[in-house]
Amino acid sequence: MITVTVNGQRHDIDADPNMPLLWAIRDILGLTGTKYGCGAAQCGACTVHLNGESIRSCCTKLSRAAGQQIVTIEGLSANNNHPLQLAWNEMNVPQCGYCQSGQLMSAAVLLRENPNPTDQDIDDAMSGNICRCGTYQRIRAAIHRAAELAKEGAKS
Amino acid sequence: MVTSIIALSFKTEPAKKKNNTATVVKDSIGSVRAFMSVYKVLMSPRCMNCHPAGDQPLQGDDNHIHTMNVKRGVDGHGVYSMRCSNCHQAENDPGVHLPPGNPKWGLPPANMRMVFQGRTPRQLAIQLLDPKQNGGRTKAQLIDHMTNDGLVGWAWHPGEGRTLPPMTRAAFAAKVRLWIAKGAYVPSAKAK
Ligand code: FES
Ligand code: FES
Repeated sequence: MITVTVNGQRHDIDADPNMPLLWAIRDILGLTGTKYGCGAAQCGACTVHLNGESIRSCCTKLSRAAGQQIVTIEGLSANNNHPLQLAWNEMNVPQCGYCQSGQLMSAAVLLRENPNPTDQDIDDAMSGNICRCGTYQRIRAAIHRAAELAKEGAKS
Repeated sequence: MVTSIIALSFKTEPAKKKNNTATVVKDSIGSVRAFMSVYKVLMSPRCMNCHPAGDQPLQGDDNHIHTMNVKRGVDGHGVYSMRCSNCHQAENDPGVHLPPGNPKWGLPPANMRMVFQGRTPRQLAIQLLDPKQNGGRTKAQLIDHMTNDGLVGWAWHPGEGRTLPPMTRAAFAAKVRLWIAKGAYVPSAKAK
């Protein structure tokens, strides 16, 4: 039995410790917002947070998450109101949407560590998240917008 | 008290003598020859790819820049949502083209870059011996690092589809020891 906290909730998972964390999240816990793209740490669609750091859950064993805090796209904010989610909505970022939960989870780490990122910072943080629809321009613009929203939120 | 310490030190003396391996005579030719073997290993892709000249790790036997625009970062472990351990686990993921892994996976930090790529044998030998450029290591610590460090050792267990350095780790460790024991001589500027 492996105990993992996902989005603040404790789960005892009865599964092979070598199971990819992504499998446990999607198939056992039923949280299907996190996507399977490549299964080889090449695309970023499966990005979740482990103790606040982005990890690729397709190549991370369930055992690495034992006793740790996992946050998935479903837990990024309580009411879908993380500045990134608001900006994403405002700027219609997604095309097909498949890569977007991974994009948001990666962008969230960037904004936490750097509330005022330049284009270069955004490229450095986001180049591992591939978007087959090519929404990169909107992603970059929406990260800048989210940085603004976060500042406005902090003021009000 | 004093006598007991003296007695103790006398008692340990013969044992120390037996272990004494520092009988190698200084020999500039032998020392440099040993270093040239060490150099070949350090320039192999499994070692050099994480000791790049720039601030991006390298991949593959052709030493191409790591895909995904991966950066060194201040601590050598990447930046933001592009940290090494986001993909690289504590061990190799099984299968070709899957991320290799080690608990310490990363580059040298930005303030101690320990570049191998592009260094001549002479430049690399000087750099390895200089505590200001080698992470503050004495010669003994340098030997220990090359012989016992787990991340260095990964090069000999690199996972499926990756070529090995040109000699075993034991042979490599022996060459490192020989290089230092024979005087830690540095190759001439002409050595390649
Ligand atoms: S599915 Fe994990 S990186 Fe592509
Ligand atoms: S929106 Fe379709 S893959 Fe990114």
